[in-house]
Amino acid sequence: MYEGAIQDLIDELGRLPGVGPKSAQRIAFHLMQAEPADARRLADAITTVKDTVRFCARCFNVSEAEHCRICQDQRRDGTLLCVVEEARDVQAIERTREFRGRYHVLGGAISPIDGVGPDELHIAELIRRLDDEPVEELILATNPNVEGEATASYLSRLLEHLGVRVTRLASGLPVGGDLDYADEVTLGRAFSGRRELGA
Amino acid sequence: MQLVDLSLRDVRSYAQASITFGPGVTVLVGPNAQGKTNLLEAVLRAATGGSHRVAGDGPLVRAGAELGVIRSTMRTDEGRRRTIELEVGTGRRTRTRVDGQDVRRASDALGVLRVVLFAPEDVALVRGDPGERRRFLDELLGQRRPAYAAARSDYERALRQRNQLLKQARGLRGSAADAAVGTIDVWTEQLISYGTQLIAARVAAVRALRRPTDAFYRDLADRPEPIRLRYRSTAGEQIGDDEAADPDTSTTIPDPGWIAASLRAALAEVAGDERRRGVTLVGPHRDDLELSIGALPAKGYSSHGEAWSLALALKLATYEVLAEVGDRPIVLLDDVFAELDTTRRARLAAACLRFDQVLVTAAVEEDVPLEGARVDVRLEDGVSSVTPRDTQEAG
Ligand SMILES: [Zn+2]
Repeated sequence: MYEGAIQDLIDELGRLPGVGPKSAQRIAFHLMQAEPADARRLADAITTVKDTVRFCARCFNVSEAEHCRICQDQRRDGTLLCVVEEARDVQAIERTREFRGRYHVLGGAISPIDGVGPDELHIAELIRRLDDEPVEELILATNPNVEGEATASYLSRLLEHLGVRVTRLASGLPVGGDLDYADEVTLGRAFSGRRELGA
Repeated sequence: MQLVDLSLRDVRSYAQASITFGPGVTVLVGPNAQGKTNLLEAVLRAATGGSHRVAGDGPLVRAGAELGVIRSTMRTDEGRRRTIELEVGTGRRTRTRVDGQDVRRASDALGVLRVVLFAPEDVALVRGDPGERRRFLDELLGQRRPAYAAARSDYERALRQRNQLLKQARGLRGSAADAAVGTIDVWTEQLISYGTQLIAARVAAVRALRRPTDAFYRDLADRPEPIRLRYRSTAGEQIGDDEAADPDTSTTIPDPGWIAASLRAALAEVAGDERRRGVTLVGPHRDDLELSIGALPAKGYSSHGEAWSLALALKLATYEVLAEVGDRPIVLLDDVFAELDTTRRARLAAACLRFDQVLVTAAVEEDVPLEGARVDVRLEDGVSSVTPRDTQEAG
């Protein structure tokens, strides 16, 4: 244990996802040795994000305004809605430039062992959007792992009766992988070969 | 496939050791507890990411060291050179490199190095809990096709999720219980989907193991009684039926649609019990591989000698099942010959001749009636060392 400020920093860093106690220590000492301007830039970036970036009120993507750029973009095809787990999945799909519709970010996947059920996800908001917007096809792009498949299967059952076409991204994505890791070519191909669900 | 080279740094009793292997037989000779088994364990670890002696990676590292390294070089049946390197540390994730490249998960290295290991504690295959036999089938299938290992870990995951919902709903009544199991149907479907893949593959493996297990048992046992293998599934008695299978195609995979329907029906039947007990009661995690010697179940009615011979026959039979798809595996026999009399030693030795490469440990060299390389293993001041003997002299 160190004293005061440095231990506070180590503790805070240690709370970040994927950062263990040893890495936290290494990062903390790296920052101590960094140029003051470099350290300040990092601190400012964190503060700015917290002050200016929030979640889009419609699709829960990250946004600097009430609605994100994609929701505001009138050239987007409003009949196509792609459902993803996290905002970072939106970025992964955007990079492929294969998809011209809009998104809905669930905020995770159903996982009882993590205490996440349908009520913890933005599913009610999704159903409301289907009422309000001219959506004709819903593409379920949850991760190709056990929880992602379960979430897709839950949604397709739930939406079966709403008269909207529900499709799932074609496989070819790495098994057990996050959508985020899928390389752009595979993801692009997955969009062109999506399959019908709930038939 | 052939193991060409094995290097250890700070692994168990080894500070630094390197052995070069030729094709055919290599006997690792030395008194007990000198480090012979550690060598086979290191090869197995490289092949499966598991250890046959202890769970977890901690104790594998030599006492006092922070990091242990296992490096193996293989030559495939097509003549390609491949390497697996494991860095095992106390309190950190094992780092696995295949052909010099980091892999994301240890299971990505599965199947690169293929081995069949028999060690004395494998007698638990016959006498132990069903879990031992399930693990045997799972490890075999995972080595045969890495996709099986992925399906198995997906199944475990779906099972944990489903059990969590059942546990939450336990003790609740009416609408509160229904709300707690909310998404159970979705998890049931996931369980059926992955569980079907597991059951189908295991049934196929059991069918493929039958003939070679019976043949090896006749070579090894005192009394050559017929061996019967049957997959006993909680998803339905009929799943392991031989009668249902055409003898000409008996090693083919059974119809997944039929297994899925059986599993779905079995789950529906125990749904009430599951709600009461808060746990998933049917599925491949509760299945068993039933072994009989003659007309009797081997688990309760076999002598130690019979159980041991059957366990070894099963392990040797996996060679054939692995060799059906991809490279022929390397056979590792830990302290096996000492258990046998002269006649059966000769029969086991004859069986070994059909394997491409066999690594054998023995405390007494004369117990092993096999020609081939000899490596002396000695422990001094708590550190093991290996000394290959000049084979020119022996040959
Ligand atoms: Zn938006």
